[in-house]
Amino acid sequence: MTTAIHTELDADGILLLTIDVPGQSMNVITPEVQADLAAAIERLKTDETIKGAVLTSGKASGFMAGADLKGMGALFGGGGVPEGKSKMAALFDGVFGLNKLLRDLETCGKPVAAAVNGLALGGGLEFILACHYRVIADNPKITLGLPEIMVGLFPGAGGTQRLPRLMGIQPALMYLLQGKNMSPKEALGFGVAQAVVPADQIIATAKAWVKANPNGGIQPWDTKNFKMPGGPATALNPNFAQIFVGGTAMTHVNAGDNMNAPKAILSAVYEGTQVPMDTAIRIESKYFAKVVADPQAGNMIRSLFVSKQAAEKGARRPKGIAPMPTKKIGMLGAGLMGAGVAMVTAQAGIEVVLLDRDLAAAEKGKQYTADRLAKKRMDPAKAQIILDRIKPTSDYADLAGCDLIIEAVFETREIKADVTKATEAVVGPDVIFGSNTSTLPITGLAKAWSKPANFIGIHFFSPVERMPLVEIIVGKETGPEAIAKALDYVAAIRKTPIVVNDSRGFYTSRCFGTYVQEGLSLLGEGTVPALIENVGKQMGMPVGPLAVNDEVGLDLSYKVGQQTKADLGDAYKPGPADGVITKMHELGRQGRKNAKGFYVYPEGGKKYLWPELAATVAGGLAADQPSAAEVKERLLYRQLVECARCFAEGVLETPQDGDLGAIFGWGFAPFTGGPFSHMDTVGIANVVATLDRLAQAHGERFAPPQLLRDMAARGDSFYAMAAKQAA
Amino acid sequence: MTEAYIYDAVRTPRGKGRKDGKLHEITPIQLATQVLQAVRDRTGINTADVDDVVLGCVSPVGEQGSDIARVAVLNADYAETTAGVQINRFCASGLEATNMAAAKVMSGEAMFAIGGGVESMSRVPMGSDGAAWAMDPAVAYKTYFAPQGIGADLIATKYGFSRSDVDAYAMESQRRAAQAWSEGRFKNSIVPVRDVIGEIVLAHDEHMRPQTDMQSLGSLAPAFQAMGEQMPGFDAIALMRYPEIEKIDHVHHGGNSSGIVDGASAILVGNKAMGEKYGLKPRARIRAMASIGSEPMIMLTGPEFVAQKVLQRAGMTKDDIDLFELNEAFASVVLRFMQALNIPHDKINVNGGAIAMGHPLGATGAMILGTVLDELERTGKGTALVNLCVGAGMGTGTIIERI
Repeated sequence: MTTAIHTELDADGILLLTIDVPGQSMNVITPEVQADLAAAIERLKTDETIKGAVLTSGKASGFMAGADLKGMGALFGGGGVPEGKSKMAALFDGVFGLNKLLRDLETCGKPVAAAVNGLALGGGLEFILACHYRVIADNPKITLGLPEIMVGLFPGAGGTQRLPRLMGIQPALMYLLQGKNMSPKEALGFGVAQAVVPADQIIATAKAWVKANPNGGIQPWDTKNFKMPGGPATALNPNFAQIFVGGTAMTHVNAGDNMNAPKAILSAVYEGTQVPMDTAIRIESKYFAKVVADPQAGNMIRSLFVSKQAAEKGARRPKGIAPMPTKKIGMLGAGLMGAGVAMVTAQAGIEVVLLDRDLAAAEKGKQYTADRLAKKRMDPAKAQIILDRIKPTSDYADLAGCDLIIEAVFETREIKADVTKATEAVVGPDVIFGSNTSTLPITGLAKAWSKPANFIGIHFFSPVERMPLVEIIVGKETGPEAIAKALDYVAAIRKTPIVVNDSRGFYTSRCFGTYVQEGLSLLGEGTVPALIENVGKQMGMPVGPLAVNDEVGLDLSYKVGQQTKADLGDAYKPGPADGVITKMHELGRQGRKNAKGFYVYPEGGKKYLWPELAATVAGGLAADQPSAAEVKERLLYRQLVECARCFAEGVLETPQDGDLGAIFGWGFAPFTGGPFSHMDTVGIANVVATLDRLAQAHGERFAPPQLLRDMAARGDSFYAMAAKQAA
Repeated sequence: MTEAYIYDAVRTPRGKGRKDGKLHEITPIQLATQVLQAVRDRTGINTADVDDVVLGCVSPVGEQGSDIARVAVLNADYAETTAGVQINRFCASGLEATNMAAAKVMSGEAMFAIGGGVESMSRVPMGSDGAAWAMDPAVAYKTYFAPQGIGADLIATKYGFSRSDVDAYAMESQRRAAQAWSEGRFKNSIVPVRDVIGEIVLAHDEHMRPQTDMQSLGSLAPAFQAMGEQMPGFDAIALMRYPEIEKIDHVHHGGNSSGIVDGASAILVGNKAMGEKYGLKPRARIRAMASIGSEPMIMLTGPEFVAQKVLQRAGMTKDDIDLFELNEAFASVVLRFMQALNIPHDKINVNGGAIAMGHPLGATGAMILGTVLDELERTGKGTALVNLCVGAGMGTGTIIERI
């Protein structure tokens, strides 16, 4: 085994422990780190010549980033269960090891100081908290925190117990539940750090403390007169009671009924702070075991962390194509989308020619960036550098020299074809042309470009500067260079790409549309509108289906519906939602834009559901109302079946694309890890059974594709298929 | 089964549950002691015949802790052979204590038993005893915990009671209470509270505001809006349980909710032979008793269900009941009960209730049982159904019948 912690005993008998995990740019907790720490603790306990220890990092990148999330797979459902143990008990043993190791460190009997040179997150911070003294380098950029909750986990190595005992329960809960980081100065203020000194003095300061405090090897919470900051942790302390009454309610409101980790963190802190540390860390590990035993954390880590990083590092980039950096884009259309694309592109250091029909429109598009940078209070000089990269124009000749074109003009084929041709006339057909259409099939649009291999879909989401996803759409004739070029560009503007094949609405618009459509169907059946909206939000969608339709504009929904009907002709299948939209269109209710849609938007007041809604579109409320569970099932499975169809039809090639696109594109319940993770977790056979039942009750729109039936018959899952394909 | 009869019913006046309330200087043990002494002195019984004293108390900690019922027995100079037990059924504790006392008589466990309750809300504030329900995150999550006021506002929203509906109800409660006091309708049951030198510190309900009108009520800000809509945002939790509601209309405030007060109550229950032994005339028979559980988040719709259950236990219908007495925890609770069972306003809470006079949590149940018994006697009516909404979705009810 290689060495992960180097030891060096100085003349004062102070053992310097330097964590330096080989082969990693940043320290993470590996089995080697744990073994080396255990050995060091044993030396501290048994070697009388050693007076104490200082724990530090050998990496310039920081102190330690905690557990290696990619390496945590073994924790989730993997590993055998020893005979005579329950699965949960075995899991507990697995997760308690590190917790106990850090407890051994703080009870080794000798003073241990942490000398923290850089970021310490998750398990990294938990290492430090188990030391008796913490000195941090004076650098405001250093982040200290327990961000586990962001991926559905929670700190399982004493973090939920030591942080409250150091800083008080209420502030600790804030950091634990929000995954917020603190700076060294904040840590000092909270008592999490004891000293902040210049970076080159951290080890000397830590050693000086060890030397001066031979009896410092005991934690405050292991002393008889320990007082919990903020008052005693007992039910009869009204302050303690209030923290949990209020804290639980706020967490419940924010996380809904969907997330395991926030609830587990609250319980671990509530129960753990009332008992001594040895019992407290066992309680913490039990809740940690419960959280990791549920597929939720594994699903979240896979999508929100592993798949996201892989996508951003080019998982879907065609092999063997040299980097294709973008230096200057031609942005066709300076509306909301074009202006947003210009902004993120200029911010990434890329020149932008922002073209619209007249110069005033183009300049208005540039102003969008100026306004937003000013709102962010960016230094005017820095903002000017970004703004100088955007050249507004109405002259196609200015596109000369662009090495990527992005088109975001009106969603009609004729206009798009005109600007495409006008552009090719200036830049030639070898330049890659990306269309930001959200509905029109790319293969058809590509006909306007002489080399359709260079034509691709680059679908942004609004508002561009805030939405993290870009959907790359591959037309029938799109070539690998176009894909590589688009992905390199997306990487340059620091967004998360997915790659899908051509179809009407592609992947994200098509599947998200089903959520809205199903909401409209429920409405048309006379379901209480508030029930539809509340269930939509409670199941983890960012907004209710009616609210989102109001934002998009009901007039637009009507137009898209008419266009689709015209395009598909006889193949168009009218849905139960069509009548609702037609009725709203007839009444001139367009949504937020004219302050009347499904909601009413009083000036200066909060919007509320139009009281006449059910009477108008459904002839009144139905006598038999569906339960919340039934509404949820329909809103969820209508999306799931469309996602499965996209996979079956080859629109999607990987479940990772499907999950990332759903979470980051339309806000699909992030706690599920995405629709494909969710279907795998539910079990494909169960998904098929539910869809068959729903299709029977509500129509063919729920009918499962043959692919799902075949998978169910094989006992297969989306990610198992993906793994086989990758192998 | 042995019949259980009510031989006496007393209560203290209710003092404002604040530092400037008249009863703030009186310890809770004194309140309990004085009602027990009153029962003994008014009936002339030998307390050795009282087998048990059951007292409700909702915050049984601090000076209300450690079985205040037994300690009150000792402090009131009852026979040391009399047992005492403190119970907690939240707001119905006083009625539950009476039901338990009656059950002891019915089962033959006791000859005489006293049921009642005590709460000094000015000295031991609500919530002093902690609660796994509200505080333990796993439990609060599971039960969709929100404070009662949110449930009361949710009832108003769900069942269609506007701010003016609840305010009008509150105004009528004040009017009825004022009239009842001015006509001396409570005089038979009120035991003035005395201090250590034997002087009377309070002889009437201190919380009443007889001048209340719609305008003064209308000026009060909703009490539960901030906790519902802002911090910590309990409304959203309510909507998880009741997703068909778009938005909770916060209609309750201090003027249409029960008052926070101090007080104690006691009811002497016994079998027939005990009455004969002391020449006491049974004032009423306990005809049926019941408790129920219902959905805990909305919390306060239990009265409807416990009324149905206790009527069924008694083999009666609501039309067999002459007077209803439902604790006025919040105006919407009573309005919903009237709506659900189709009860006219002139048959319920005819002498006002806790909105006007206050709700000393542990004591109220036995207080309102005594109030309605007085009213039956005053008007020559026969039957009454007493019930209360109870925390965590419960309900407790009792039907009494004059002999």
